[in-house]
Amino acid sequence: MKIQLKVNGQAKALDVPEDMPLLWALRDELNLKGTKFGCGVSQCGACTVHVNGVATRSCATKAAAAQGAEITTIEGLSPDGTHALQRAWEELDVPQCGYCQAGQIMAAAALLAKNAKPTDADIDTAMSRNICRCATYHRIRAAIHRAAEIKSSPASVGAPAAKSPGGSL
Amino acid sequence: MNSSSPVSRRDFLRVSTIAGGGILLASYVEPLSALERYAPVAGAGPLADPALSAFVRITPDGIVTIMSKNPEVGQGIKTMLPMLIAEELDVDWKNVRIEQAPFDPTKFQSQFAGGSTATPTNYLPMRRVGAAGRAMLVAAAATKMGVPASELTTSLGVVRHAASGKSMTYGELATDAAAVPAPDLATMKLKDPKDFKIVGTRVKGVDNKAIVTGKPIFGIDVTVPGMLYAMYHKSPVFGSKVASVDLTAIKAMPGVRHAFVVEGNEAGGLTGLMPGVAIVADSWWQAKSARAKLDVKWAANPTSAQSTAAFNTQAAALAKSEPQRSLRKDGDPDAAMQGAKVVNASYYYPFISHAQLEPMNCTAHFKDDKLEMWAPTQNPAPGRQLVARVLGIKEEAITVNLVRGGGGFGRRLTNDFMVEAAAIAKQVGVPVKLLWTREDDMQHDFYRPAGYHNFAGAVDTSGKVVAWKNHFVSFGEGQNFANSASMGPGEFPARFVPNYALGASVMPLGFPTGPLRAPGSNGISFAAQGFIDELAVAAGKDPLQFRLDLLAQEQVAPTPPNAQQPVPVPPAGQQAPVQAGFDGARMRGVLEMVRDVSGWGKTALPKGTGMGVAFHFSHRGYFAEVVQATVSKAGVLKIDKVWAVGDVGSEIINPSGAEAQVQGSVLDGLAQALAQEITFANGQTEQSNFNTYRLLRSNQVPPVEVHWKKTTFPPTGIGEPALPPAIPALVNAIHAATGKRIRSLPLSKQDLKWA
Repeated sequence: MKIQLKVNGQAKALDVPEDMPLLWALRDELNLKGTKFGCGVSQCGACTVHVNGVATRSCATKAAAAQGAEITTIEGLSPDGTHALQRAWEELDVPQCGYCQAGQIMAAAALLAKNAKPTDADIDTAMSRNICRCATYHRIRAAIHRAAEIKSSPASVGAPAAKSPGGSL
Repeated sequence: MNSSSPVSRRDFLRVSTIAGGGILLASYVEPLSALERYAPVAGAGPLADPALSAFVRITPDGIVTIMSKNPEVGQGIKTMLPMLIAEELDVDWKNVRIEQAPFDPTKFQSQFAGGSTATPTNYLPMRRVGAAGRAMLVAAAATKMGVPASELTTSLGVVRHAASGKSMTYGELATDAAAVPAPDLATMKLKDPKDFKIVGTRVKGVDNKAIVTGKPIFGIDVTVPGMLYAMYHKSPVFGSKVASVDLTAIKAMPGVRHAFVVEGNEAGGLTGLMPGVAIVADSWWQAKSARAKLDVKWAANPTSAQSTAAFNTQAAALAKSEPQRSLRKDGDPDAAMQGAKVVNASYYYPFISHAQLEPMNCTAHFKDDKLEMWAPTQNPAPGRQLVARVLGIKEEAITVNLVRGGGGFGRRLTNDFMVEAAAIAKQVGVPVKLLWTREDDMQHDFYRPAGYHNFAGAVDTSGKVVAWKNHFVSFGEGQNFANSASMGPGEFPARFVPNYALGASVMPLGFPTGPLRAPGSNGISFAAQGFIDELAVAAGKDPLQFRLDLLAQEQVAPTPPNAQQPVPVPPAGQQAPVQAGFDGARMRGVLEMVRDVSGWGKTALPKGTGMGVAFHFSHRGYFAEVVQATVSKAGVLKIDKVWAVGDVGSEIINPSGAEAQVQGSVLDGLAQALAQEITFANGQTEQSNFNTYRLLRSNQVPPVEVHWKKTTFPPTGIGEPALPPAIPALVNAIHAATGKRIRSLPLSKQDLKWA
């Protein structure tokens, strides 16, 4: 079926099967490969995008159902990769394999939009739907705190992290 | 290390100029050493040409480009190996660019990711290449400036002459340096580690920017013009052939271009191309939708009689008999048990799945008798051999591009996904991307095998371990263990207990198995270190002190590693050789340190909270870990904290990457212990996705404190050895907290309630 999607601020016309999930419309029809496939059943969060600002599992959302909504993917989170979360992720060297990280960042962005200063508990709850098989969880949490700090005080960007996350010495 | 061949390996440099200016350094290894040191591989002749081990380009703009030869699956090798070259070259890391090398065994000696081997095999060779490059740049500067080379210093890519105040950048010197005779790598003077500026600092992953901005760098992201999408439907019972299927309706479905039966290369075989039905469509979703309508009749298969329940019954029966064979016997354990305090216990760990987050995939294009592949593999050499064999084409006709893998953990050492993509691509003649579903991935893994350890141990009146027997029940045929289901005769506490017996019995297995992060060790450590805790209780000793005492009982000294020689790379596809055994003194070092940093025994913990300790030696690395856990009376477990201490030699090359590997390995172990289990019924895997096979989530993660015990030994790898002790440290903590001894995993199936 012919549908119209608004992705990262741009209107896109597609002709896709009516049951095609948004994930595959983004990846294979619009060539936005940043959103990842991990489970297909809303369990891992690798496919997280924003639909009207809400963190949404694109593997379990039909593309057709997302018509008329503002869809944001990792490619559209910031024009040049300098969203506070992207900076913090780089600064704290979060990724190992990196496969889940786009989904983690999108989930974290939705959290920060609602809660500018999340606690550890806020983060652990909000992020518990996103699996990191490499278990970079300590650094994800630290990077979300760091991003909150960058957002409230942009001048601090580039300052070295005071200490490594996860209690390491 | 073979001490009878002191100069069995020689690295040398080839130097050339680059069109447009600059220098290209390529270091080669003579093709004699690595192959000689290992058991000969059938059909593996010496390499035709010297093997390229490093590749560095310096252009007039001062940019240093280093080729990274090994596959990257999250272990950080693409960042770490170039750091070694850049350190000795003395350049600013900001001016270093990394390129992923293609798979090319005519140039590179070894390109694989496994066994935590990259650090020990590359630590010296990579540094020597950097040092040689620096020496040539200095020589070129000496000529240009008309001063002796001995008066020149380097720093951050600049050569300086202090007396005259002259300086030149590497970029300015690169073209001239290419005319300097290449020095002998073996005589290169290396930096004193105290002068390191890059090695030992926290260097961030070179692909971080691409990752956080969603660039298409993974196997699943590969796009080739004109590409179609494939699914491959295999029998849920492993290896069954297609008995009958009607593909007429499938071929008529929207977007479907091809649907065909693939015979597979060996009936019932689990290591080549398994039989199945391929569906190729304009989009992956269309292929998947068509697959949902498939109705395949599978041929009868004896594996359908196998199940976890049947294995458990069979293992229990085998445990009651004598071992089918002896793997090691020292002294007389039965005699030593007379009059001593004897403990008997049986431990079990289940099959588990790799569950790397990126499902198996591979893109392939067959055209004009040539095949090009884009493969997120950890082990491209046997992958290409397999494809060549199954497709009946020459290896030279196959090009393999290495693409980043979304997690490896050993799954990508097995290249079933490559041969499936190749077989489909050959049939359809256009580029094809094969992508598995998560269900395919979990139900067609090469699983970490289950294991059954039946122990008897004895302590004397002084609390000393005098006898240790283990009847290991595993999988295999006759004298052969199934892949990664073996146990070596050197496994601890061999050499530490005077009366020691290790025997094994095996059961036939119709399910494919393979290495999973710290293979063997990830299960054996749980069993052995749990049983050691039981012996400590029987001896009435503190479990940590009991271990220190046991480690002091070393009977035969280990073979010390040779600090002057790099560890040789095993031929692709082979595991590194088992070393003579670990050094009890090094393990005592990490155990003492973890005692101190964790405050072991210093704090009175309330009932329901306890600390457990364990250690394990694997992949040349020494790790001791303490877990503190709290169990509610209702049996709800919370892991409070983990302390991990590692001895991987004299240098932590990239502390950021190393610490991440330790934290990830520890949490990987804890996740396995908490809830992970693959079970089989009727020859099929019962779990299919993350709702039935549970990975660790953010709200379950304890702090993991990482400490390094630096020693004078050569640096070794860190991708695996921190995993094994996390599991027994946790179950030992549960015992300390509740008095409950856990001998079977996962914990989700255990009743942890206490009163």
